[in-house]
Amino acid sequence: MPQRIRVLVAKPGLDGHDRGAKVVASALRDGGLEVIYTGLHQTPEMIVNAAVQEDVDVVAMSILSGAHMTMFPRVLELLKEKGADDVIVTGGGIIPDEDMEKLVGMGVDRLFGPGTDTRDIVTYIKEAVAQKRGA
Amino acid sequence: MADVDTTKKSGTGDVAGARKAWEGNATESSRQRDAEFTSVSGEEVDLLYTPDDVADLDYLNDLGFPGEYPYTRGVRHNMYRGRLWTMRQFSGFGTPEDSNRRYKFLLEHGQTGLSVAFDLATIMGYDSDHERAEGEVGVCGVAIDSLRDMETLFDGIPLDKVSTSMTINAPAAVLLAMYICVGEKQGVDSKKLRGTIQNDLLKEYIAQKSWIFPPEPSMRIITDIMQYCATDVPQWNTISISGYHIREAGSTALQELAFTLADGFAYVEAGIAAGMDVDEFAPRLSFFFNSHMDFFEEVAKFRAARRIWATDMKEKYGAKDPRSWLMRFHTQTAGCSLTAQQPFNNVVRTALEALAAVMGGTQSLHTNSMDESLALPSEEAVHVALRTQQVIAHESGVPNVIDPLGGSYYVEALTNRMEEGCRDYFDKIEKLGGVIPAIEKGFFQRDIAKAAFRYQRAIEENRQVIVGVNEHVDEGEEIKIELLKIGADVAERQREVLAQVRTERDDAAVTKALAGLRAAAEGTDNLMPHFVQCSRVYATIGEMIGVLREVLPHPNG
Repeated sequence: MPQRIRVLVAKPGLDGHDRGAKVVASALRDGGLEVIYTGLHQTPEMIVNAAVQEDVDVVAMSILSGAHMTMFPRVLELLKEKGADDVIVTGGGIIPDEDMEKLVGMGVDRLFGPGTDTRDIVTYIKEAVAQKRGA
Repeated sequence: MADVDTTKKSGTGDVAGARKAWEGNATESSRQRDAEFTSVSGEEVDLLYTPDDVADLDYLNDLGFPGEYPYTRGVRHNMYRGRLWTMRQFSGFGTPEDSNRRYKFLLEHGQTGLSVAFDLATIMGYDSDHERAEGEVGVCGVAIDSLRDMETLFDGIPLDKVSTSMTINAPAAVLLAMYICVGEKQGVDSKKLRGTIQNDLLKEYIAQKSWIFPPEPSMRIITDIMQYCATDVPQWNTISISGYHIREAGSTALQELAFTLADGFAYVEAGIAAGMDVDEFAPRLSFFFNSHMDFFEEVAKFRAARRIWATDMKEKYGAKDPRSWLMRFHTQTAGCSLTAQQPFNNVVRTALEALAAVMGGTQSLHTNSMDESLALPSEEAVHVALRTQQVIAHESGVPNVIDPLGGSYYVEALTNRMEEGCRDYFDKIEKLGGVIPAIEKGFFQRDIAKAAFRYQRAIEENRQVIVGVNEHVDEGEEIKIELLKIGADVAERQREVLAQVRTERDDAAVTKALAGLRAAAEGTDNLMPHFVQCSRVYATIGEMIGVLREVLPHPNG
C-alpha cells in the first residue's frame, strides 16, 4: 500500500480569512489525504519548519490579502535552504492571473482561484504526488 | 352569531381546507422541476405561503409602526422619505495619499459617508517597518502608522461635515484617538465627530480572526472606549457589532443573525458589569450585516434582527431609552457571493443584494464592486457599485414606502422562523456558559466551518447553482476587465514617511505619553485619554499597541 499523502495547509501572513483554507482542508481529508492545518498568522519560517518536521509531500497555502508575491517566493526559498525543495508548493486565493504565472515561473507548482471545485484539488494533488514519487 | 365557524380566521375563510383542495387540483403540468427548493442557507421553503402561516401574528405587538417599538418595520418614522440611507463605500489601499484621492473621488460622485479599510499591518497593530508587515503594507487597505498618516488620509475632508466608519478592531482605540486628533487640527471638537469604529472583538474570535488580545483584556479596552465616548465623543458609534464577517466565513443567514445578536448582548452585559447604566452606552451600539443572494431570507433577517434587539433590550436588560431599543445597522453586499468568472454578473448580484438591504431598512450601505473576487476595486468598478445604490434610491420607487414587504405571508413567516431559530441558538450558547466560553470551546467556529463546507459541497454537486461557475460556464473564459494594482513602491514610501515622523517628533513627549499609557494599562485607568495623548505627539500605532502587548496577557502575533 502506498504511503498516504501528507499535506500542510497553511495560512501565511496576517490575513485571517480562513474559510477557504478550512474548506480545502476538509475536502482533502474527504479525499483520503492526511492534512495538517497550521492555523493562522504563520510566517514563512513557521510554515517551512512545520513542512520539514511533518515531512509533508505538499504545502498548500491560502492567501487572500494580496501578500502572495512576498509569501510564496519566501517559502520556496526557505524550502530550498532546508533541502526540502522536493515538497510540492501549491495554493490559492485572490491571486491575479499574471501573478499566478510569475509564481509558477518561480517554482510554485499550481495555483487555484475562486470557484475551484475542491475535488479538482484532490485529484491534482494525488497526481502531482504520484508523479513525484514515481520519478 | 351562533353559526360563525370559529376555525375561520377573520376575513380569510377556511384557508387550510381551500389549500388542501387546491393541492388536490394539481395536475401533471403542476409537477416541480428537479431542483432543491431551499434558501441559500439550505433552509427548506414552502411552495406557497398563506394567512395560515402567519395566523399567530399580532400586528401591533409583533410589527407595530416604523420608528416605534419593536421596530420590526424600521427605525425611523419617515424612513427613506426623511433621508436616504448613507451610501458608504468601504475603501482604502496603498498610501494615505492614494486613499485620500479615492475618498474625494467617491464624495464627488455622490457618496455620503466614508468607510476606511486599513491594511493588515495596521489591523494587527504593527508599524509599516515591522518584519510582520512584510508584503502587507498598503495591500488590502490603507497603511496608517501615525497621526501624520491620518492627517493625510483626511486632508481636505472636513470632519464636521462627513461621518466616517473605520473597519478596525483590536487597535480601534488607537485609530479613534488619531481621528480625534485630526479633528483637533481641523478645529473640530470631538463632540461633533460622527462615525463608527468596528471594535467588535467577539466576531474576530468567531470569524475574522484579526485579534491581538484574548477576550478578557479586549473587553476592558472596549468598555474603556464606551465610557470615554459617552462623554467625549457622544455621536460616535463605539461598536459596530458585525455579522458580516461571520457570514463571509461561511455561516448561514440564521447563524449570522444569532451569533451577531448574541455578541451584541454580550457587550451590553459587559457594559453593565463595568458599572455603566445600559442607556448610557446602548444607544451608541450599531450593527453591521451581510446581504447575501437569497432576497427574502435577507429581508426577513433584517426585520427579525430589529425585533429581537428591541424586545431583549427592553424586557431582558431593562433599557428605558427608546434609542437603546432600536437597532441601527450598516449593510454590505456579500463579497462571498461574487464570482471571479464572468465578473460583470457581479453587478447584478450586488444590485439584488443591495435591494434586499434597502427593503430590510438599512441605515447605510456598501455595494461591492464587480472585480472584488479578483482584486481591490478599480475606480471604474467602484463607480458602477455606487451608481447601483443611486439607481435603487432614485429610480426604483422602493424607498417611497416603508417596509414594503411587511405583511407578505412569506416574509412574515420567514421573519418569525428567523426569530425562533435565533432563540434556539441563544439557548445553546447559554448552555455553553455564554459567548466567551462558547468561543473558547470553538462552538461558533465549528458551526460556521460546517456550514461553509456544506455550501461548497452543494455548489460542487450542482444542488446550488452559481451562474458562470457550475452552470452557464464560458469555457476558456479570459478575464478582460482592468484590475487595480497596488504600486510596488507603497511600502517604501510608507516607511520613508514613518522614518521622517520618528526624526521630527518630540521624543521626550512620546516617551512620557507612552509611559502614561503603560501605567494606565497596568492599572485600571481608562486607556482612551492616553491613546489620544500618544497620538497627539505622533507615537506610532506599533508603539502604542506594543506597550499593550507587553502589559496585557497573552497577545497574539
